[in-house]
Amino acid sequence: MDAGAAQPAQPFRIQTAAGASRFAWAAACCILLVLALLPAFAARNLIQDLIFPFYMLALAQCWNLLAGYAGLISVGQQAFVGLGGYLLFALTLPGGINPLLAIPIAGVVSAIFALPTALIVFRLRGAYFAIGSWVVAEVYRLVFAQFKALGGGTGTSLPPSVTSTMPGIEWVKSLLNVRTPAARDIISYWVALALMAVTLALVYLVLRSRRGLALGAIRDQEAAAASLGVDIYRVKLAVYVATGALTGMIGALIYLQKARISPDAAFSVLDWTAYVIFIVVIGGIGTMEGPAVGTVIFYLLQRNLADFGAWYLILLGTLGILVMLFAPRGLWGFIADRYDLTFFPTRRRLVVHARDPTTPG
Amino acid sequence: MPLLQTRKLTAFYGDFQALYGIDATLDAGEIIAIIGANGAGKSTFLKAITGLVRRPAGAVLLDGEPIGGKTAAEIVRRGVALVPEGRRLFHSLTVEENLLIGGHGRRSAGPWSLERVYSLFPALRDRRATSAPLLSGGQQQMTAIGRALMSNPRVLLCDEISLGLAPIVIADIYAALPQIRAEGTSVVLVEQDIVQAMKVADRVYCFQEGRLSLSGRPKELTREQIHRAYFGS
Amino acid sequence: MTDWLNALAQGVLLGGLYALFAAGLSLIFGVMRLVNLAHGDLIVLAAFVILFLAGKLGLDPFVAAMVSLPILFMVGYALQHVLLNRTLGRDLLPPLLVTFGLSIIIQNGLLEIFSADSQRLRSGSIETASFALGGGVAVGVVPVLTLLSAIAVIVVLNFVFYRTALGRAFRATSDDLEIAQLMGIDHRRIFATAMGLAFVVIAIAALYLGLRANFDPSIGPARLLYAFEAVIIGGLGSFWGTLAGGIILGLAQTVGAQFDPEWQILSGHLAFLLLLVFKPRGLFPRALD
Repeated sequence: MDAGAAQPAQPFRIQTAAGASRFAWAAACCILLVLALLPAFAARNLIQDLIFPFYMLALAQCWNLLAGYAGLISVGQQAFVGLGGYLLFALTLPGGINPLLAIPIAGVVSAIFALPTALIVFRLRGAYFAIGSWVVAEVYRLVFAQFKALGGGTGTSLPPSVTSTMPGIEWVKSLLNVRTPAARDIISYWVALALMAVTLALVYLVLRSRRGLALGAIRDQEAAAASLGVDIYRVKLAVYVATGALTGMIGALIYLQKARISPDAAFSVLDWTAYVIFIVVIGGIGTMEGPAVGTVIFYLLQRNLADFGAWYLILLGTLGILVMLFAPRGLWGFIADRYDLTFFPTRRRLVVHARDPTTPG
Repeated sequence: MPLLQTRKLTAFYGDFQALYGIDATLDAGEIIAIIGANGAGKSTFLKAITGLVRRPAGAVLLDGEPIGGKTAAEIVRRGVALVPEGRRLFHSLTVEENLLIGGHGRRSAGPWSLERVYSLFPALRDRRATSAPLLSGGQQQMTAIGRALMSNPRVLLCDEISLGLAPIVIADIYAALPQIRAEGTSVVLVEQDIVQAMKVADRVYCFQEGRLSLSGRPKELTREQIHRAYFGS
Repeated sequence: MTDWLNALAQGVLLGGLYALFAAGLSLIFGVMRLVNLAHGDLIVLAAFVILFLAGKLGLDPFVAAMVSLPILFMVGYALQHVLLNRTLGRDLLPPLLVTFGLSIIIQNGLLEIFSADSQRLRSGSIETASFALGGGVAVGVVPVLTLLSAIAVIVVLNFVFYRTALGRAFRATSDDLEIAQLMGIDHRRIFATAMGLAFVVIAIAALYLGLRANFDPSIGPARLLYAFEAVIIGGLGSFWGTLAGGIILGLAQTVGAQFDPEWQILSGHLAFLLLLVFKPRGLFPRALD
């Protein structure tokens, strides 16, 4: 056999969608529709309760994009949650801007802050980057604690003049025949649902685009990706700024809903990083389905066990460690491997067609 | 009984098969050479013997005893030492420290000590306190060989020790091999430089794409045979 | 003027404490490239261990700390051997997330056992003893002891690393794990020994933490950040650099506090970020990290 002869070219194509995913898309759209219509027939309690998992899932998808795909393991995303929250307060209180408009503005301003933050923090790599991002979050916390106008170290609340005059409250009140507080909750619910859906859609689109291919390469083998010309720095920067903006918007929503903010709460490592990381780890890092699974599990745990205080947190920490050691791809990763499932495929498969038997060689 | 023997040795890097059932032997007191083109599996062969690459438990025998399931640290304690491709000295350590760390897994009895290594490679004695990265290529190679010898191995595996070195330096290093054999260490030389390897080796194996394509004594092999075994037909 | 001199003196002495926090972290970074997010909480844990021993056995904290050293060495060895060795590999995520989980567990475990009350290590009159340095500046005996202990720890660590066979094994394993194994080094035992050693340093840091100020289960993360900043400011791979980093951080904090006491911690963080912009590899980097 002549080792130098070239192999005849084999036809191939790149495939992204698989059978299960068409079903999954249909199911997802149905679920979203049902969720959007829920306020018409569900109790107020349920509506209030669902806001939490909506924004936690959105936060988790952002962290997953950062860490699972771009390899930026941040322990400091609470910086943007707090920033978004404080921006909401700053825009609506003295600024008098309508709260629903304040949310996207918070997103834009968060992106503006994320840029110089990234330039500094990107000087650290890997695990050092993680702690560096935490330092940055602490700086944000300490700085905002200085602003007496926003309550200083003890924080402040949103007055009813702001919360009760959100656009759409009157419309909801008449449409669904509810009182102002309930209408407020329903609007917050829809905003949370919208933010979650937008985050999911954006993350999915990014991963399926050429950028997404670059991200996957960075996650899997950074040195190799660099040698292939993938501009690692710019891709990471883009992802950091984008997730910063999204996280800022989510933070604005969270504190619109809570109507009360303080530096320790807004920049809490536990609430906005530890729980988020737990969700992604338990569900499965690096997939889109993982954080969804993780959010459901976390929501159930939080509802039923949060009263156990310190023991509950010890349980979460232990579960996180066990999963990381024995099922590092999380619950979804385990199931997906077992049954070879993907609902929202973001990997590309090279499908090589069988060679035509009449071709020589 | 051969000192070192491989039986149907296979090795994989993930899904990629690098070795397809290699049967080879090394007798005590021998120097054998393993030649072959890039990617033929020569380095993998050495890594498989020393435990850096997974291999079947019964595929490698030292003195008749299977060592396939053992860790790298255990294997060096049994007397098999590797001079790695690219030397891979410890860059935070000096020459002397590199040698001393080689002795970390030393077998109890043996002729090799710091003094003995310095007398084998006098150039190192003057540079004993020099940091490893500051050495020339030849000095680094000598240090790497000395480091492996410090464990008093019965088998010394040398992975491309002539790579990147000037011919005169290569000659110096190869001159040390008979002395190493005289002290009771058998040698396996993996080389791309066929000429040097064939001059000093008692027997030679040729690898091609993960398989043995030739074995025999250098004097008995023709150029055509070697050429064919090396490049394939 | 004396206020400023005082701030400088206090800053240097505070730096001694931060250097102690950082030395353990630096050791672990150096040997096994492990970033231990639970480091600060381990210092707090050690402080509670010393508190417990001092209380139960009626010992002075200095003596209790000495008693705790072998205990904590073994705890560290076991922790590495049983848990942390499993996380090391090429992937960054497991060691980070496992130590993060550990941090949460330690904080809440201490909360359950000891409650959230502030604690202090009491050693009698030495706590308030001080002596004058001249120029109107007085320094406490405990802070001076802290700085001297930091220097002593760093001298010992340098000795171990550069003049012993164990240190040689540490450096070789850190340089090239695969080849270190070929030398017969059992990297799992080396890592466990390094962690045990780090726990000894952590215990010493804990002693001075508890003597100088109140502590409670929640203060761990802040100590981690200070330790980390000191290591990065000083430069990776150098223990003396870590001392310098600690002192610079301490000075940044005390000088900042001179302007406004509320700015103490913020000044430290800002100094760190500033250094990151201009000297990302730190002031005295040694390692080819």
